[in-house]
Order: sequence, then structure tokens, then C-alpha cells
Amino acid sequence: MNDQPIIPNSNISSISLDELESPPLPLSRLAWLRFRRHKMAIVGLGLLFLIALYCVGGAFVFSEKYSNFNDTSIAIQPPSPEHLFGTDTIGRDILARTIYGGQISLMIGLTAVILEVSVGILIGALSGYFGGWLDAVLMRFTEAILIIPQIFLLLVMAKFFTGDIQEVTIFGRVFSGSVIVIVVIIGMTSWPYLARIVRAEFLSIKENEYILAARAIGTPTYEIIFLHILPNCIAPIVVSATLGVANAITLEAYISFLGLGVRPPTATWGNMLEGAYNYIETAYWMWLFPGLLILLIVLGINFVGDGLRDALDPRSRTV
Amino acid sequence: MGFEMLSIHAVGRYKVMMTSQNILDVTNLKVRFHTPEGTVHAVNGVSFSLREGGTLAVVGESGCGKSVTMMSILRLIPIPPGEIASGQANYRGFDLLKISEKNMESIRGKEIAMIFQDPMTSLNPVLTIGRQITETLRTHLGMDKNAANRRAAELLEQVGIPDPGRRLNDYPHQFSGGMRQRVMIAIALACAPSLLIADEPTTALDVTIQAQIIELIQRIRDTLAMAVIWITHDLGVVAGMAEQVIVMYAGFIVEESGVDDLYENPRHPYTLSLLAALPRVDRSRNDRLKSIPGAPPNLLIEPHGCPFAPRCEYSIEKCRVDGPTLTEVSPNHAIACWVDITTSEKNVNLLQGSQ
Repeated sequence: MNDQPIIPNSNISSISLDELESPPLPLSRLAWLRFRRHKMAIVGLGLLFLIALYCVGGAFVFSEKYSNFNDTSIAIQPPSPEHLFGTDTIGRDILARTIYGGQISLMIGLTAVILEVSVGILIGALSGYFGGWLDAVLMRFTEAILIIPQIFLLLVMAKFFTGDIQEVTIFGRVFSGSVIVIVVIIGMTSWPYLARIVRAEFLSIKENEYILAARAIGTPTYEIIFLHILPNCIAPIVVSATLGVANAITLEAYISFLGLGVRPPTATWGNMLEGAYNYIETAYWMWLFPGLLILLIVLGINFVGDGLRDALDPRSRTV
Repeated sequence: MGFEMLSIHAVGRYKVMMTSQNILDVTNLKVRFHTPEGTVHAVNGVSFSLREGGTLAVVGESGCGKSVTMMSILRLIPIPPGEIASGQANYRGFDLLKISEKNMESIRGKEIAMIFQDPMTSLNPVLTIGRQITETLRTHLGMDKNAANRRAAELLEQVGIPDPGRRLNDYPHQFSGGMRQRVMIAIALACAPSLLIADEPTTALDVTIQAQIIELIQRIRDTLAMAVIWITHDLGVVAGMAEQVIVMYAGFIVEESGVDDLYENPRHPYTLSLLAALPRVDRSRNDRLKSIPGAPPNLLIEPHGCPFAPRCEYSIEKCRVDGPTLTEVSPNHAIACWVDITTSEKNVNLLQGSQ
């Protein structure tokens, strides 16, 4: 430390001379440095990592068959060495079911958000870039969906579409077809907010001189939209999508809890809560573990989302 | 469509044989913008020509329609609110105002390239320099990634950026203003265009960098035998660069002449005022620079009469009623003015300044 100049500001003195002379940091590196300073975001990231490990790694300990195996003779047993999280109303192991239910919940969260982001970006981008009548039509449509409370829309669609649906096989595993339906209806009701964000970003970014410059060298319109403007509004999209995952997981839990979501035997944290509904006072283990997992994952995602919001803020240039 | 595109490309090969021909003929271009406040008459019947390999300077103060004229030719103005009310822009036999948007895209950047005023805002901040240079190469010349990258590094080297191979992966914020303008030039020149439109490319740069950029563009112009349209409000820059000069005011061309003739023998009162407002080394330091009284006309009002009349020292009754048309007064020298200022005594006063 002796050979370094002493600078009063502790932030500056922690930068080595070498770093001071180096060129400006790339944006990704800058974002990570800022994200790292956000303590809760790091906690959130750790939490998400642990839950992912729990859901993926747990599958190597317990088989899916075991998670669906029922034995009514051991129904509603409190946590014990054989069944760490206890058993449910028909004697299934809750630990194994939270693992497989977690997989479904995570998968629903992620795929619903992919759908949400795709639709949101497409509608927002077309609306913001082209403007005029296309913008008017798309935005009125978006507003029409926004007026209807999302929960009503979800429940009506869930009731309407999950009537008699076939089981589906994905990657050699059998899912209740309602999983697909839930993903689609969550994605289809969540995009309006994102579309508005993307539209607003497009409206401001398309006026930049570099977009004019890109057009002046003959860049085709679709490349301008998707390769020049879109990367500029990736920050709010990433933040929104992250929070969207938490939102999708809670929505799935919500409709499954009301009995309109994913059908047993496919487990999700939401329909495990539904099963526990009548035993809230008598069998705490039946709702505690899936409930806790939902709480932790939503908390973790929200922390990460907050951290990303600060780290990706284009107006902030401090490390 | 395919045939038309093909023939545009084919024309490029005869560039050398056609040097005496005009590369661009613009006739009676009128551009308006329909805004909530009313219709802005931005360009009011502009006509000019540029020969293959020639250099044309367009001068005038801010808001006189220089940029809008050029951007209309490339169809880069937003429509609506913009409207190209009339006119033709013949580029090697194709009317740029009539061809399809698809063909226009294949001309922009390949045949005609444009550089903008502010290099700090003309590069996309989230894409690497390499990505932005290779874009034109891949779009127009269909190069694969590796070939485009090699060519991009060559281009950066040609415009004087050290260590080009490594800098391809850098983002715009890692470059200084002068360097960014060099990158912009590299992008514009990637496909060796036949016509370069430079929209005040040195205005945002400091004087030493300005000189370097001008020198760079001149050098490239000479090697590529490229025609250049140089938009500026700095008459000093024009002198060393162009052979033909257009002076614009309120969307009209008020004077057009060879560059030497314009400086030695300005014939339009507006040009005269512009030259009187130019700081000169050979003038006494105690002299104040002449400013032009008044402000440019409100373009929302449909022009009638000569647009410069309200600010003109020479204006006569006729100027306010009837707009003069561009008329040749001597070989390769045309003005739009009713008054012959060479015979007016006010001319002597203005040129001599307040001594």
C-alpha cells in the first residue's frame, strides 16, 4: 500500500493505478460491479441458486415415481426421519413432491416469461417503431387487455381451457396438459405492461441520430428494429422479465390453489397448497414447505430484480 | 425489381468512363413538414447538379434547409410529417424519389453514403465498432463474417485508427470524438460509394481535428474518385475543399458559383453578408465582424417574394412582391436576386467594413 498515493475517498483509493489507466470498462463488467455492491441482490442470487440446486439435484435423490407414490396407511404424518417434510393426505412424500413441484413451478415461471417477453417485445416494438395507425390499433388492444383484471382473465381462461386436456410428454416425462395451458394463459395475460415499456423505449430510441445513421447506410428495417433499437432497451426488459418470473410463479400458485391450475398428480407448489387447504390448523407441514419455497423464490427474484435495475441503469455511470 | 437493382449495381462499374456525366441532378425539389403549428416550407424548389467525382459545398445558416434537402434525396426524412411535394432527384438515371424503398435501401450506404454532424450521437452505443462497420459490408456486399471483419480492420487502418484489429471489439464510448468521426467515415466508405454526403462532419470537432478529418475525406475522395456533397455553415472550410458552391437561404438556393468566383465576386446580398461575417486574418483586429440584422424568416408562412428581402440592405419594392429565380449572371455563376449589387454603392461600404 505504501507505493500507492493516498486519496481521501476510499472508493477511489481502492482502484489500482493500473485500473486508472485502463480504458473504460465494458458495460457488462460495469453492470456486474454495480450488481455486486447490492448486498440483497447477492443474497437473492444465492437463494435462487440454492432453490435451483434443490429442484434439480433433488431429482437425483428421489425418483418421480416416488414423488407420486401413495400409501394411505401413512397419510398425514408429521415430519419424521423417513419423510423429512412429512406426508400429505394420501401418504405421498412432501419432500419429493416439493422437488418435482419446484421443477414445474420454475418451468412455468420461465416459459411463461419467455412467452410474455416475446409477445411484449413484438407488440411494443412494432407499435413504437412504426407509430401511426398500427400503434393506435396495437395500443388500444393492449389497453383492452389491461382493463380486465388479470386474475379474472386467468380464472376464466383456466376454467375454459383446462376442461378435458390430454397428458403431454416432454423430454420423456409425462405432464398434465394443464401445465401448457397455464403457461400460455399466464404469458398471454402478462405481456401488456412489458409491451408498454418496450414501446416507450422505442419511441425515444428511434429518434436518436445513430438510428438515422443506420438507415443512411441502408440497414433493412427489421435489422434496425431488432439489432439496433432492441439491444438499447434490453435493461428494462431484463428487469421486467426477472420480476415477471416471480409474478408467473405466484400466479400459477394462485390459480392452482383455487383448483383451476395444474392438475394432480403433477405436483406444483400451488396445488400442494390447495391440498393442504383443509389441514391448515392440523397439519402445518403440508403448507409450510411449499409455502416457504414460494416465499423464498419470489423474495430471491425480487432482490435480484432490484439489483439488476440499479446495475443496468444507463443513467448511472458510477462503479 | 431484381432487374432494376441489378442494373443499378452494373452502372457502378462504368464510373471511370462516365466522369464527364452528372452523377446527381436534382430538379425543383420541394419539401414540407406538416406540423401541429402549420406547414413548414423547408425546401422550396431547389435544383442543382453534381458531376461524377465533383465536390459540391452547400452553405447557409442553421435551418435553411441544407440537411433536409440532402436527407430528402436519400428519403431519410420521416414521412409523415414530412412530404416531398415535388421534384426529381436523378442519380445515374434513377429517380431516387420514385424508386421502391427496397431499392432505396440498396442504394443507401452502397452507392450514396452519408456522414452526420455529431459523431458522439451517430454511433449505436450498445454495438461494437466492428459490428457497425461490418453491417454495411454484410448487407450490401454479402461478405461472410470473417471477410467482413478483415475488411473492417483495413478500413479502420485507412482512416487512421491505430491497432484496428483490437479496436473492432470496442464500444463507441471507448473512442474520442475525432476517433468516432473517423469510424463514421470508415462505415460510410465501407462499400466505396460513388457519392458521399457529409452533413457538417466537422462542426462538433475542435479545429485541429477538423483539419485532420477534412484532409482525410479529401484523400479518400481522390483515391476513390468519389463525388462529395459537403454541407456546412463554415465558408472557411468550403474554400479549400469544394469546386462548386451553393448558398441556401430559407429553403431557396440564392447563389451558385465556382468556389473562387464566389469568394472574389459574390453577387447575392446574402452571400456578401456571410462573407462579411467571416473572421479573416488579413483584416484589422479592431474591426467588428458584420452581423446580419434580423432573423431568418418563419418557414411556417408560405414564402412570397424574396425570402431575404426583410434583412437585405439592397432590397427594392419588387423584392417583397415577386420572388427572383436563379439566373446566370456570368459563366457558372447564378444568383436569385433582382438587384445587381456590383453597381450599387452600398456594396463598397459593406466590403470595406467600418474603417
